[in-house]
Amino acid sequence: MALIELWYRLVDLLPFSWTHYVFMKNALLAVLLVTPCFALLGTMVVTNRMAFFTDVLGHSALTGIAIGVLFGLHDPTFPMVVLAVVLAVAINLLKDVTKASVDTVLGVFFAFIVALGIVILSRAGGFVKYTSYLIGDILAVSPVQILWFVGLTAAVLAYWYIAGNAMLLTSVNASLAKSRRLNTFLIETSFTVLLALVVIISIRLVGILIINSLLVLPAAASRNFTRSVHAYTGWALVISVFSGIAGLIASYYWGTASGATIVLFAAACFGLAVLLSHLRK
Amino acid sequence: MARTCEHCCTKIDNLTVKFGGNTILDKVNLHVNCGEVVGVVGPNGAGKTTLLRTILGEVPYQGKINFRIEGRVSQAPKIGYVPQKLQFDLSSPISVADLVAAAISRYPVWAGVGSDLLEKVKGVLSLFTAEHLVKRRIGELSGGELQRVLLAIAMTPEPELLLLDEPASGVDVKGLSLFYETVDGLRKKHDIAVILVTHDLAGISCYADRIALLNCSIVAEGEAKDVLSDEKLVKTFGPSLWNISCLPDSVSNNKKNKNGAD
Repeated sequence: MALIELWYRLVDLLPFSWTHYVFMKNALLAVLLVTPCFALLGTMVVTNRMAFFTDVLGHSALTGIAIGVLFGLHDPTFPMVVLAVVLAVAINLLKDVTKASVDTVLGVFFAFIVALGIVILSRAGGFVKYTSYLIGDILAVSPVQILWFVGLTAAVLAYWYIAGNAMLLTSVNASLAKSRRLNTFLIETSFTVLLALVVIISIRLVGILIINSLLVLPAAASRNFTRSVHAYTGWALVISVFSGIAGLIASYYWGTASGATIVLFAAACFGLAVLLSHLRK
Repeated sequence: MARTCEHCCTKIDNLTVKFGGNTILDKVNLHVNCGEVVGVVGPNGAGKTTLLRTILGEVPYQGKINFRIEGRVSQAPKIGYVPQKLQFDLSSPISVADLVAAAISRYPVWAGVGSDLLEKVKGVLSLFTAEHLVKRRIGELSGGELQRVLLAIAMTPEPELLLLDEPASGVDVKGLSLFYETVDGLRKKHDIAVILVTHDLAGISCYADRIALLNCSIVAEGEAKDVLSDEKLVKTFGPSLWNISCLPDSVSNNKKNKNGAD
């Protein structure tokens, strides 16, 4: 907690009115921790065409909350995480076993998981209580949650350092990766589990409806004008962190939902990247 | 037949692979010695790629695959593999340096390919006159250039067994000829065993020591001149077979005469 105090003092040095509020200081720190995670994970999500997959994971949060409600839990984070991890592994296994396309498998899971969550949560007209999960609230992030994000960011960075090359080779050709003695199943499964953890733990910040955009947009923008993995990852990080900070501060002045404002900034970066790449040609 | 050290080989005995209720490979027997190029030919759906994936350990199977390296049984031989195609988006921001560095080094390429690693990558590519491609995106490479890059990766570190899956697809005639000559040079210089899956009968008949006709099981196997005169192969590939220029004149002429219409 001493580190958080140090952070507060650092932010106090900035000459802006929003720095007077503790909730803004917490939110800024959360943004600085979460956006690099999203950028790194997003590069692989976009390369592996997993945008629909992460959307299913995000929406599974509804059912996770519903299971928490059924068991009378005050905090549904645990069932949300367990469900998302089980779902991620199940989809990974099923896409190898079933003859149906990955798209169809995901569509089936998506429909089932969302419907189940809504049915349970809407009993006796109670769904409105859970709408905060749909749009998220980054301003409500607590110092304890920030510590969670410190751990999560460290885990993602460590994973990327250790498994980055293996993920790249597996995404280019799984058999080629296998010939280099890489365990492609372990790589794909561990990546999807990490993805599930980050998506679910961050869902309170940005909300179920837009979390996927935050994963996809920085990487999708970056690949328009980059030619190497280093530049692709670097620019995705820059765009993600910039959108996070700019969106948070803009939402303070505009009085809008922070998560959605961050996504709008990321979308503007994507539009600019597409425009620049066309002008270059 | 190429000269071999006679102490290294890959021996496949009674290999059977089933997916669901379908038998993809049925009691396949194949023996490949070091320094030898074996061409595996067969129609679409004959199980050629499955055979390579099984050797790579990707597919569950019945039967035995034994690797003998320098006279000893090896559980984990070094295998170089050149896939038929890569499953990437052509616009992917992955450079040749990224792909090679990711394969030969543990240092994460997303953090940048440093000058030392870049020199190593260029060294690997230079073996196949591909060092000038190092900064190109892999989506910008021609079929032949991509094959050379993939071959460079497959040969680093030097493998005991080299598996090549359809190197003819997407490569022009000149590039293919260069590719076969490179593979021929590799097996002579490094004494490695090569299994080459292809539809390109003309090319394979010029460079392979033996040809195996696969259609779920091995239908015919032997030296090119014998297998290519086999009626079973003619049924599979049609009369265009006789136009292969590498076949000895006796075989080619005999068959042309037999097949008067041609």
